[in-house]
Amino acid sequence: MVEKLKKHQFLFEELVKRDFKKKYKRTILGMGWSILAPLLQLLVMRVVFTQFFGRNMDHYTTYLFCGNLVFSYFSESTGQGMMSLMGNASIFTKVNVPKYLFLFSKNVQALINFGLVLVVFFVFCVLDGVAFTWKFVLLLVPILSLLLFNIGVGLILSALFVFFRDVQYLWSVFTQLLMYLSAIFYSIDTFPQMARNLFLLNPIYLHIRYFRKIVLENTVPSVWFHLLMLADVLIVLGIGCWMYKKYNTKFLYYV
Amino acid sequence: MAVLELHNVSIRYITGDFKDIGLKEYVMRKLKRDYHIKEFWADRDINFTLEKGDMLGIIGANGAGKSTLLKVISGIMEPTMGSVKRSGSVAALLELTSGFDGELTVKENAYLRGAMLGYTRRFMDETFDQIIEFAELKEFQDRPFKQLSSGMKSRLAFSIASLVKPDILILDEVLSVGDGAFKAKSEAKMQEMMGGGTTTILVSHSLEQIRNLSSKILWLDKGRQIEFGGDVERICARYQEFLDRKTR
Repeated sequence: MVEKLKKHQFLFEELVKRDFKKKYKRTILGMGWSILAPLLQLLVMRVVFTQFFGRNMDHYTTYLFCGNLVFSYFSESTGQGMMSLMGNASIFTKVNVPKYLFLFSKNVQALINFGLVLVVFFVFCVLDGVAFTWKFVLLLVPILSLLLFNIGVGLILSALFVFFRDVQYLWSVFTQLLMYLSAIFYSIDTFPQMARNLFLLNPIYLHIRYFRKIVLENTVPSVWFHLLMLADVLIVLGIGCWMYKKYNTKFLYYV
Repeated sequence: MAVLELHNVSIRYITGDFKDIGLKEYVMRKLKRDYHIKEFWADRDINFTLEKGDMLGIIGANGAGKSTLLKVISGIMEPTMGSVKRSGSVAALLELTSGFDGELTVKENAYLRGAMLGYTRRFMDETFDQIIEFAELKEFQDRPFKQLSSGMKSRLAFSIASLVKPDILILDEVLSVGDGAFKAKSEAKMQEMMGGGTTTILVSHSLEQIRNLSSKILWLDKGRQIEFGGDVERICARYQEFLDRKTR
């Protein structure tokens, strides 16, 4: 595996470069958009929801930002990832290259964007008077887990997209729904226990919750919490890899 | 030593309703039992062996299974039956200019293509000047790729693939592009590569070209292997006769 990665390192770098160049072409702000977009979204949510949900909550801006940060990374990474295989059909039907590289390249891009927004997030934390502790280092756990989760979902979506273009629309509806179910702008503390447990089935909620625990509550989630996240990651990665393996030489019939 | 060995290779290709239909259409057709997948053998029992420095010309009418066979040789597809043994690196140029990106510059595209063919960055740094020189595109190297004419595009593609000395080079209708001068230059380059030990597979509709360049010929017709051998003149003559009979 390592040997294979090394062999394709050059190709991977070139793909990342290409994707970057194409994405920010003909935009004046270029990469600035990747910071600005989530910030504007945050602003809208802040203005709209503070009256409804933020009145009894300290650090509501940071609370919102945690949710926004995680969710926008997830939706960007998977949304872009979905197109990665189909968008490179003219390459993989003519040259024998590992097909997951296209998805990885998109994920690098999404990860860098996420990194930029994360920096802004920390600035906001300071402005909001959040105390920084050593536990912030543990944020690497949900970040790594989310990266792998996004890759897994990306693998599944990009494969499905080759077979059915409808996936695109279904996915956008699904992410919309998921957004409302991820407690981004509201709190579930007043919900009955049963309902709160149901939220734990939502992988995105888990990651948001992890961020909030560290940043706002200064506590480390339990071992069970970690295992639940790990299970989610393993499931999607497993399915994704299996699909790519199974259809590796069959994708070209469908394009 | 055999560089490429195909043993009883058969390839089943599928085509039909699964392409370009949405989910709704898929379900509807399944329900109405109107969902058809057509399977056919694109290639049947292909056997041949190539040695180092061989130049194989593949001939046959449209739909003879040439392109599918090349896809299997380059590893994009798996043979349904039989086996393909390759030793060494394969550089495939199937449909030349696909896979290039119009938005990138000529230089960036050259690097991307080089990377796809499996070369290292260092190697590309070293050979880039040579590549661009051979393609006669020096003054265009920082222009967007889409500004090139189609002849220029194929010149670049050919230069990248041929200057990097793969063990096996696959050229699908590559030499029929470019103007007369470049054609002569690229043919000379091919001769030189064969001398240098590169095994080349060439698909062309120009029998003239095949006759000039090839040391072995594979004749396919509707997926069947009609003939394979080093007797270039005789097979080409037979093929010519076959074509003449068809047009008459």
